[in-house]
Amino acid sequence: MRFEVIVSLRFLREGRFQTLLTLAGVAVGVAVIVFLSALISGLQTSLVANTLGSQPHVVVRPVDETARRMVEEGTAVVAARVEKAAMRTRTLPDWPLNLERIDRVPGVTATSPIAAGAAFAVKGDVSKAVALRGVDPARFDAIVNITGRLKAGRFRLDGSDVVLGVGLAADLGLGVGDKLRLVTEGGRSDVFTVGGLFDLGAKDLNERWILSSIRSAQTLLNLEDGITSIEVRVDSIFDADRMAADITDRTGLVAETWMEINRPLLVGLKSQNVSSWMIQFFVVLAVALGIASVLVVAVVQKSREIGILKAIGTSTRQTMAIFFLQGGLLGLVGSALGCVLGALLAIGFRSTALAPDGSPIFPVDLGWTRFVAASAMATVVGIVAAVAPARRAARLDPAEVIRYG
Amino acid sequence: MAEPNQVSADLAGPILRLEGVRKSFGKKVITEVLHGIDLAVQPGEFVAMVGPSGAGKSTLLNLVGLLDRPTSGRIFLDGTDTSTLDDAGLTRFRGEKIGFVFQHHHLLPAFTTLENVMMPLLVHRGSPDDEMRERARQLLVRVGLEDKIGAMASDLSGGQQQRVAVARALAMHPPLVLADEPTGNLDTHAADQVFDLLREFNQEYRGAFVIVTHDTRLASRCDRIVAIVDGVIESDVRKNPEGAVLPPGGAGVPPNPAGTSGEPLTPGA
Repeated sequence: MRFEVIVSLRFLREGRFQTLLTLAGVAVGVAVIVFLSALISGLQTSLVANTLGSQPHVVVRPVDETARRMVEEGTAVVAARVEKAAMRTRTLPDWPLNLERIDRVPGVTATSPIAAGAAFAVKGDVSKAVALRGVDPARFDAIVNITGRLKAGRFRLDGSDVVLGVGLAADLGLGVGDKLRLVTEGGRSDVFTVGGLFDLGAKDLNERWILSSIRSAQTLLNLEDGITSIEVRVDSIFDADRMAADITDRTGLVAETWMEINRPLLVGLKSQNVSSWMIQFFVVLAVALGIASVLVVAVVQKSREIGILKAIGTSTRQTMAIFFLQGGLLGLVGSALGCVLGALLAIGFRSTALAPDGSPIFPVDLGWTRFVAASAMATVVGIVAAVAPARRAARLDPAEVIRYG
Repeated sequence: MAEPNQVSADLAGPILRLEGVRKSFGKKVITEVLHGIDLAVQPGEFVAMVGPSGAGKSTLLNLVGLLDRPTSGRIFLDGTDTSTLDDAGLTRFRGEKIGFVFQHHHLLPAFTTLENVMMPLLVHRGSPDDEMRERARQLLVRVGLEDKIGAMASDLSGGQQQRVAVARALAMHPPLVLADEPTGNLDTHAADQVFDLLREFNQEYRGAFVIVTHDTRLASRCDRIVAIVDGVIESDVRKNPEGAVLPPGGAGVPPNPAGTSGEPLTPGA
């Protein structure tokens, strides 16, 4: 072991009570950071997962139509008001080809073509506005897990089968096997059989979604053999932006990510992050001040020893290293204890705060990177906190402390 | 094991030479404490430095010990002009060339006696090895503290601590040992023990010793007595001490250590 390590360890051991108190302080600080960040990140993950459980990560749709001026500019003053064209139901150009292209984008795990439009569901003299979505069950299941959320029947869309939300079924008084009529804007209508009922956990979707085969939706919505969008699932949701850009590059279509669709959720996550960072910053500051004050006191207490060490040839660099090592060791050992404490807190919290169904209310995310980051941070903070004490020790005049120490 | 310190001490002239050394303190009101000191100490000399309190003995010892720099004048140690060294070089040179024995037997309380004696070697070499442990152990045997090797320094009596400090001062086999009132805090018996050790080490190992003391009884047992009064050397008397012959001012051959008793300090030397 190096001289500096031996001396710093011995100094820490000699100041037993101080050392223990400082370690406890660092440990509590790191535990708070670990616990808090594990909790917040777990919470965010579950929030995002819940939100995206019934949503695609990326929606690919046709480019907006833009109106162009018919008069050339520059030659005359043109007083014209250009109005945006009204949204018509537009279909994706060359969709089978584009579907293939999107499937090849790295990171894309599932795609599902959708033929969607507005319709009325009619039973007897009750009619409800619904969102008709023509899907391929196998592909759509990979985007939004319908099969796993079926309350009755099966998720099969052969011929005139439809599957609808439990809310809509309740409104219209429908059960599996019952018939209903779907009417669209152009007066087209057809009769369908309820094949299954799903519960997506979102009232709005349960009351509005009605899934049919692509073919049926195309006919009702007068799309010929077109589709209106392609829904995409990706492997890493926070990289959805990058993948959407890739999709746009490859297809020339508009690709919208879940982040754009759920702007408020993202803003919420971000402000949560900011407050979490602020708490962590102040905890780190407190830890740094704690280590620094203990080391400053140690320099005063140990000034005689430092003087002796200098007299017998200890260099300024060695003297400073002794205090940097003490700071670093306090940070490292304290944070190791803090990681254990934080993990125990998080696990304890997860197993005590349970929802009625036995699942944890507060999911915690205990990835190893969190611990490595917290320990590295505390160690660096310890070393930085030792700067002032180390400089004080370096400035000590051995002649003086030996004479009067 | 080769001991470059001893070789150079034998070849060169004085181990320590001071030329017109002056030292002042203060910024607004400047007080000169030493007014031009010229002094040469030969290898193997055993010098007592005496004088009333405030005469400048300790200031001079700090300068000679390279713990402080003179305001003017030059200090040569083992042939090197120490004014040419930067602070880091001075620290290193101090560690290699000078052994200190302080009045308050400044040991490191958090370390064992063995570790305290090893410390100068540890500072110098960076990490412990068996050779330095063995050397420290032999020194502790030599000062009669074999049974205290593993004891914490803080658990020893004052006399024992000072004997450990003497052993520590010799760990590097320095050509110059400086002792500031080494017996000041000890009873007569313990003081004699420590003084005898210094004397024995001086004769065995031929390092030069400069001892600041108020104790005239002990000073009279030294080879040479330098009296400092009001920042100048008032008198410088050499005598023929028991068993040692040193021609005044000469770079004579120090007494042969072969005739003295006790274990050799350096294994295989």
